[in-house]
Amino acid sequence: MPAILRQTGFYLLVAFIVLFSVFPFYYAMLTSLKSGTGLFQVNYLPREIAWGNYAAILSDATFLRNLANSVFVASVVVVISLFLAVTAAYALSRIAFRGRTLLLLTVLAVSMFPQIAVLAGLFEVIRGLGLYNTLYSLIFAYMIFTLPFTVWVLTTFMRDLPIEIEEAAIVDGASPFTIVTKVFLPLMWPALVTTGLLAFIAAWNEFLFALTFVSNNDTRTVPVAIALLSGASAQEIPWGIIMAASVVVTVPLIVLVLIFQRKIISGLTAGGVKG
Amino acid sequence: MANLKLTKIRKSYGAVNVLHGIDLDIRSGEFVVFVGPSGCGKSTLLRVIAGLEDITAGTLEIDGRVVNDATPKERGIAMVFQSYALYPHMTVYDNMAFGLKLEKNNSKAEIDKRVREAAKILQIEPYLDRLPKALSGGQRQRVAIGRAITRDPKVFLFDEPLSNLDAALRVQTRIEIARLHEKMHGTTMIYVTHDQVEAMTLADRIVVLNKGNVEQVGSPMDLYNRPDNLFVARFLGSPSMNILPARLDAAPEGVAVTPEGGARLSLALPYRGAAGGNGYLGVRPEDLVPVQPGQPELFRGQVTLTESLGEVTLVYLDTGRGAEPVVAKLPGEVRLERGSTMGLAARPEALHVFDADGRAVRGARAEAVAA
Repeated sequence: MPAILRQTGFYLLVAFIVLFSVFPFYYAMLTSLKSGTGLFQVNYLPREIAWGNYAAILSDATFLRNLANSVFVASVVVVISLFLAVTAAYALSRIAFRGRTLLLLTVLAVSMFPQIAVLAGLFEVIRGLGLYNTLYSLIFAYMIFTLPFTVWVLTTFMRDLPIEIEEAAIVDGASPFTIVTKVFLPLMWPALVTTGLLAFIAAWNEFLFALTFVSNNDTRTVPVAIALLSGASAQEIPWGIIMAASVVVTVPLIVLVLIFQRKIISGLTAGGVKG
Repeated sequence: MANLKLTKIRKSYGAVNVLHGIDLDIRSGEFVVFVGPSGCGKSTLLRVIAGLEDITAGTLEIDGRVVNDATPKERGIAMVFQSYALYPHMTVYDNMAFGLKLEKNNSKAEIDKRVREAAKILQIEPYLDRLPKALSGGQRQRVAIGRAITRDPKVFLFDEPLSNLDAALRVQTRIEIARLHEKMHGTTMIYVTHDQVEAMTLADRIVVLNKGNVEQVGSPMDLYNRPDNLFVARFLGSPSMNILPARLDAAPEGVAVTPEGGARLSLALPYRGAAGGNGYLGVRPEDLVPVQPGQPELFRGQVTLTESLGEVTLVYLDTGRGAEPVVAKLPGEVRLERGSTMGLAARPEALHVFDADGRAVRGARAEAVAA
């Protein structure tokens, strides 16, 4: 029965991949629900459910402040990079000018630099602009990695929109701005949601810039805040609280993905097949 | 209500010249069809008139006003695209109202009135709330036409509007466009197609384009009966005109034409050129008839193929000169053995003579005299 063997093999592989990717998060949830010495016993099913860690983290004003910082930074990054990317994509996909391909490749090249390579230089720029230790430094820095891919994805997507639709709008008397807002944007929703979400996730998870450009507890974003959580003494690491915080930080992303999942799928496949 | 005047319009993309100085006058309310093979520049010329392409040189006037730098809207044009180009996310109603909403001074009631009027003309009222994707090809094209009508344009442009439709729908929509032109008799319409049937049936005047030049402008029958040159002669008509290389000599009546593989004919046409010049003789398939006793014979050859189409039979004749076969369109059903020999003749008025450059040789009524 090779067919059955093949199918079984396939589902075993699927099960392994799912286990491999979900287990770390599952274990974090498990740990966050433990208390006291229970932390150091290895269990794969919840023995007790203790909400103490969540209560601790959610009553911590600094952590809530950090969470709000993350939401603010990631949202502003998404809004600004989508706005810039849509306008750039219109130019790059629809207006013929000298050096267009070179410009697109340059945009792509920017995203190839490792963060650590630009860190020192960027630090000087941010200090020079007087943004050090503010959330604006992070918004500014995150554009470096969100803009290249938003510009690229939206340019490709916009290039695939039929040129006649734009020309019909021109004949109807629409200005370029009207064409972008009234004709292109509604058609680009799936692509906007997908790229926006990816930008949000990238900004939300970013660690290195957040650690470097901000030094106050009040202006930190959550990834750094979690890493810097400390216990009563240097020897004690509050694993339970760290895990609870990690879960709290992950939930918004999961919710966002679930809300937009249909759009994401149509966004990822859009333009692949005509029609 | 608008007349157009094109003066020495040129269009080039970098070093590539697409239009080589087009001169054309289009009268108000006229239905003009641009026709030509693909790549002849007909669509480019339409887009130049629309304002979707810049004019490299020359001037375009609408109602006496130079509009080279005006936007499509300022020119007062509306355009129907080959691929419909409807806005996919808007309902039929919004598609048709989009242009009107962009004009600041239109009241909601006014927009509504104009959209519903256009919908009524095109019989798309039941679909006003649907999205384009829920419509058939023919309905979509009607919405596209409706979108153009609501704007009440001075000049109405069609870019191959029927080529995405199937054969039956094409005929039906063609008739609707003809009817639309009658209803909107003040509106100038310019229509691009590669289909000569559309051109012949719709046009008040046809503009035949080839390689970025105007070959001939005239009424459909004018172009069909009196083509200015070989290109127009070959392009219009199906099957196309039989063209044979011929020798042209001076004769007492005017010109003596000797087609390859045919008899010498004397025609009362002015003879220009040196003695023994080369030229061409053209005759349409439907003008050829089996030769009768006493009639001058044009061609004699072997039947290689017959195609019966019901109302006519196409006979392909090999005249033994190696060139393309001569095609005759004979009425009714004609039974002929393959390989049998046949002679064909034509009325002298139906003969077209072209000089070595492919220009028509015309004159007073042609009279054929058997040589």
